Amino acid sequence: MDFTFSQEQEILRDSARRFVEKECSIDYIKQFVDNKTSFTEEMWRKIAELGWTAVLIPEEYGGLALGFVELAVILEEMGRGPMPGPFISSVVLAGEAIRLAGSPQQKETYLTKMATGELKGTLAWAEPGDLNSLENITFTAHNAGESFTLNGTKIFVPDADMADFIICVAKTEEGTALFLVEKEDPGIEINALHTMDRTMNLCEIVFKDVQVPKNALLGEVGAATPVLRQILNKVNVAYSMDMVGGGRRVLDMGVEYAKTRVQFGQAIGSFQAIKHTCAELLMEVECSRSIVYYAAWAQEQEENEATLNASVAKTFSSDMYRKVTKEVLQILGGIGFSWEHELHIYLKRAKCLGALFGDAVFHRERVARELGY
Amino acid sequence: MDFRYTESEQTFKDKFETWLSSNTPEGFGKPGYETPGTWEEMAEEYRRFQANLFDAGYAGINFPKSYGGAEGSVMENIIVSELTGPVYFHAMGGCHVISLGLAAPTILAWGNQAQKEEFLPKTLSGQIIWSQGFSEPNAGSDLANLGTKAVKEGDEYIINGQKIWSSFAQVADWCILVCRTDPTVAKHKGLSYFLVDMKSPGIEVRPIMNIAGDPEFNEVFFEDVRVPEAMRVGNEGDGWKVALTTLGHERYLGEVAMVPTFLKEYDELVHLAKKLKLNGRTASKDPIIRQKLAQIYVELSVMRCNGYRNMSKLAKGEMPGPEGSVGKLFWSQLHQRMTEAAIDMLGPYHQLTADSKHTIDNGQWGFYFLRAKGNTIEQGTSEIQKNIIGERVLGLPKDSART
Repeated sequence: MDFTFSQEQEILRDSARRFVEKECSIDYIKQFVDNKTSFTEEMWRKIAELGWTAVLIPEEYGGLALGFVELAVILEEMGRGPMPGPFISSVVLAGEAIRLAGSPQQKETYLTKMATGELKGTLAWAEPGDLNSLENITFTAHNAGESFTLNGTKIFVPDADMADFIICVAKTEEGTALFLVEKEDPGIEINALHTMDRTMNLCEIVFKDVQVPKNALLGEVGAATPVLRQILNKVNVAYSMDMVGGGRRVLDMGVEYAKTRVQFGQAIGSFQAIKHTCAELLMEVECSRSIVYYAAWAQEQEENEATLNASVAKTFSSDMYRKVTKEVLQILGGIGFSWEHELHIYLKRAKCLGALFGDAVFHRERVARELGY
Repeated sequence: MDFRYTESEQTFKDKFETWLSSNTPEGFGKPGYETPGTWEEMAEEYRRFQANLFDAGYAGINFPKSYGGAEGSVMENIIVSELTGPVYFHAMGGCHVISLGLAAPTILAWGNQAQKEEFLPKTLSGQIIWSQGFSEPNAGSDLANLGTKAVKEGDEYIINGQKIWSSFAQVADWCILVCRTDPTVAKHKGLSYFLVDMKSPGIEVRPIMNIAGDPEFNEVFFEDVRVPEAMRVGNEGDGWKVALTTLGHERYLGEVAMVPTFLKEYDELVHLAKKLKLNGRTASKDPIIRQKLAQIYVELSVMRCNGYRNMSKLAKGEMPGPEGSVGKLFWSQLHQRMTEAAIDMLGPYHQLTADSKHTIDNGQWGFYFLRAKGNTIEQGTSEIQKNIIGERVLGLPKDSART
């Protein structure tokens, strides 16, 4: 048993940190949330050149075939930015769904091009109503002989407008199924939602009599549930890792301020009211780091371990990120409440990532079920 | 990063589990098992268990063979600590804590040849139980303010003063004692560290009852107690540095041994939730209870991973650092949340003591709830841990009272 990073993982972290610091400065992220700049294809190309889009893809499809821990190292650094863009949606939601459920032909077609960054995808799961429930799926895929006809509305789909293809969770006459749909297919309407957190790009997709060929089916009809369970695990670990990186960045921000801000003739960090808050937050952040790396590692172990620990990680880290952003805002005082200071960017992202694909309440219930009570 | 046991670690674990299953106290882990009623009985249980552990070659995994240790790997140490934790804590009142967690590692790190040869084998084999003489009535969180004096006279020190909150002093053979040897220098610099025979003339032990009604700790009075110079650990004036080693070990290893102990309590808590009726349904089906139980499991998982992370650091040869405070701060609060959840679920049943009619689970939840209140105080209060984290990990300035 060993809970340390390999030399290769440390090198990966160094390069990821340098990249995020260079490409995702505070100025960049502020311009981003003020809509003065947006995520560009050029940025995606830079990310792909680093090999990050190929991390989880098997070698036979041109990937690096590294593990979820390596991905986690990258995501922790991206979370420090926080670096906006469709990375998690494409690499985890779409890439892993194809890797887990796709036919050799689909893998050849999509994974090869996803590894190089030529193609980006996402996954459309949630629908208005009970968002994370598979029982709630009303999105239909009607078997019309040679093709399927898709109808329904998906919401909170990350980065759908930037994706080349969308994997949809649909209900068929024979059970739940996944369909890989090209964005250009007629009858698809994608609308970006207006969100509080502008670093995340959430969309609504309306499907109206969209005809897709039989080979758009990803995996067998009725076999989607176990795949989605794994996707739910992985995306939550990915978001958790992003939150760990962001949480640490915000804490560092608060500590730095507490060391330099002088009131009553002393740095405010010498007051225990501030110091003890910072200490509590360090505990929260480092505890999250321990459990989320464990959960990342567990994604490649037995399925019950992967599920249990993904929900454990999401529960703890989403509570952590919310607490860290809230308390550091308090340490910063008035400036932390201003649009000018970057703290609010993290505060909103904490709420957004915390809520997507199940909040802490949802995941605690999932833990309870996994543990058999 | 790989959390699986290697083949050799798994073999070691299997072998040790087999050994342990036939060497735990009679009935331990089975329904109806009751812990020994007095500290003397618990101490005897500890001595017996530890002697067997020593003879089987499982004591002092991380200690050199020349001092009676097993010279095993850090992972083997974790395995033994995890598996013995519940036995030590639930059957022996944690009599190992000071001896194996504090005294032995400190003597190994700071002791001279003669001290190591004399004390390590006897400590690892349970012949010697240690108590800790650190806190005083006027030196709690401000430990360096302690006033118990050790005055050099020939090749002896004469010790006078009072210690308090000394766990196990009622059953201990020896004591690790920090005294002031030089009142003229800055408070941290005038301390020295001693090994003191509890049978020395002039020592008086008076028990203190905790809020759970358990006389677990003591006041210890020293009146002209003579201690040979050869029983000083480190140089005169090194006492604070030596004591800090001790406290570092305490925080690291405490966490690892505590995890399975808490997991056992958690399993019992879930078992309780499955049999209790609440608001017209089984408690474990109540959504709020489910949220609470799951949150406790989440936090226990975090605690376990923190322990692994710290232990991996030790495995790489790094000394325990201030990060140990993060673990201590976390588990002490977690244990309080866990025991409070149990109490809340029980409603008025939590009031019923072990000997009462209608009592549930032998009244253990009330006891755990009360005992857990000490967790955020003992071994350095939460406030002290936060100062350590704030100043030594995050680099925040000291407050004006302590600069």
